[in-house]
Amino acid sequence: MSANLSSILFLITGVLFILALRGLSSPETSRMGNFFGITGMVLAIVVSILSVDIFFNNLIYFIVALSIGGIIGGIIAFKIPMTAMPQLVAGFHSLVGLAAVLVAVSAYYSPDSFGLGTFQDIKTASIIEMGLGVSIGAITFTGSIIAFMKLQGLMSGSPIAFPGQHYLNALLGILIVSLIGYLIVNQSTQIFWMLIIASLLIGFLIIIPIGGADMPVVISMLNSYSGWAAAGIGFTLENTALIITGALVGSSGAILSYIMCKGMNRSFLNVILGGFGTDSSSSSKNEKTEKKPVKNGNAEDAAFLMKNASSVIIVPGYGMAVAQAQHALREMVDKLKKNDVKVSYAIHPVAGRMPGHMNVLLAEANVPYDEVFELDDINNDFANTDVAYVIGANDVTNPVAKTDPKSPIFGMPILDVEKCKSVLFVKRSMSPGYAGVDNELFYRDNTLMLFADAKKMTENIVKYLD
Amino acid sequence: MEIDPFIFRLSIFILSIFIGYFVVWSVTPSLHTPLMSVTNAISSVIIVGAIIASFSSLEGSGISFSNILGFVAVTLAAINIFGGFLVTQRMLQMYKKKEKKKNK
Repeated sequence: MSANLSSILFLITGVLFILALRGLSSPETSRMGNFFGITGMVLAIVVSILSVDIFFNNLIYFIVALSIGGIIGGIIAFKIPMTAMPQLVAGFHSLVGLAAVLVAVSAYYSPDSFGLGTFQDIKTASIIEMGLGVSIGAITFTGSIIAFMKLQGLMSGSPIAFPGQHYLNALLGILIVSLIGYLIVNQSTQIFWMLIIASLLIGFLIIIPIGGADMPVVISMLNSYSGWAAAGIGFTLENTALIITGALVGSSGAILSYIMCKGMNRSFLNVILGGFGTDSSSSSKNEKTEKKPVKNGNAEDAAFLMKNASSVIIVPGYGMAVAQAQHALREMVDKLKKNDVKVSYAIHPVAGRMPGHMNVLLAEANVPYDEVFELDDINNDFANTDVAYVIGANDVTNPVAKTDPKSPIFGMPILDVEKCKSVLFVKRSMSPGYAGVDNELFYRDNTLMLFADAKKMTENIVKYLD
Repeated sequence: MEIDPFIFRLSIFILSIFIGYFVVWSVTPSLHTPLMSVTNAISSVIIVGAIIASFSSLEGSGISFSNILGFVAVTLAAINIFGGFLVTQRMLQMYKKKEKKKNK
């Protein structure tokens, strides 16, 4: 296939990918968008195969590799429970990162096949691009592995910090930049592998100090990195499809990180430096907690309250995902609707462990998406609502974010559940949320605490609604 | 003076960032998880590099180190491509509108 023709086809791939993202502007067009994405990918693969010299042996291995990957991917896609989406996405990011590293290493050792020059005499521009690609790829790889382990529970979700952490990271950062610079004058294998090792190390180090509830930012950030890594390789290979895709994915991840940071009213830097919520749980606060009385309710009370309400807003959080309570919740809502109660769902931007996490779980439980509202669209409705059913959420409802400038969550946009006539909190214990801040809402007269597993409590309420 | 082709690629890159910026802002927040899984799937277009690596040997020279890296990269990218698009499809199937009349 001529180089010009393949370039044009790669451009079409890029356009199809743009349409794939464009489709996600509404659920109706999204499935068509995904179809465009698949078409673009098939086109890219076919064009690349037609552009290389085919050797029989390699073709056999290639087909085997593609089939193994395809089968594994297919099985994962069908087997994975929706609650495990965050770790799946993190795991997938690590694969993109590793693939970028492998392609770059391969290009480093056989630059002639990639049209980049000869071994250790690669064109200057190409070696810089390759260095950037391999470095970002390696960071994405180890960073995503850590994120995956934290989300999967293979590793503690709490921040891991040690003295001198930031200095070490800064030092490694400088080392990586200098190594990429040094590759221009000396393309020795030692320098190249040192660059890879330093990048792998920093990927690991920048993610370990970041705690569980900051994962939405981390996953988005790694999403962005995987895009920039692809773009770096795209420049090396002079491939338009990769450059366009890398730019799209890179900016997509960056925007999601921005939205997530804004949802917590924290700067990106603040999240990345990590260690949030480790130092606020002082003993004096805990004592104060024990003294204040809370109203403790049971499923029967909750069922009674909601049955007699005219409107209920459900506020789901990560606790709902952990307890897999979405199906029970939907059942409860169905019962309430039969009693002519108006029910809607309110989603905070950082609820859960990844952007849109709650929406997917509710969709899985067959909740129609037009009953699910974002913070800005529903926040004014709380004042006219009888009951807020807060299931597995805490910090995102804490009014202290508006009142106490000293609180770590001050300024964070919150769901105004306090304005409801009564509030039901389904929670396993009185423990403060991720930010380590006590929620004064628990002690209010119109709040009823339901201490139980989110799923069991919801199922019990369903029984009492009959 | 002739323009370096790099400049053209850089132009494509910069303009694509802007396209990405506007397209992604128009994505509805409820679809942010599918957005992540689909961007994941499309970034596996890095398989084009893996394909070059897989076939980078000279005639008759057998399977080289670069080829092996290529095959591994193809496998990883394929996991992502199939896994990413299929799981996105599975999620998108679940997003439904309110039924006009409840059967229950």
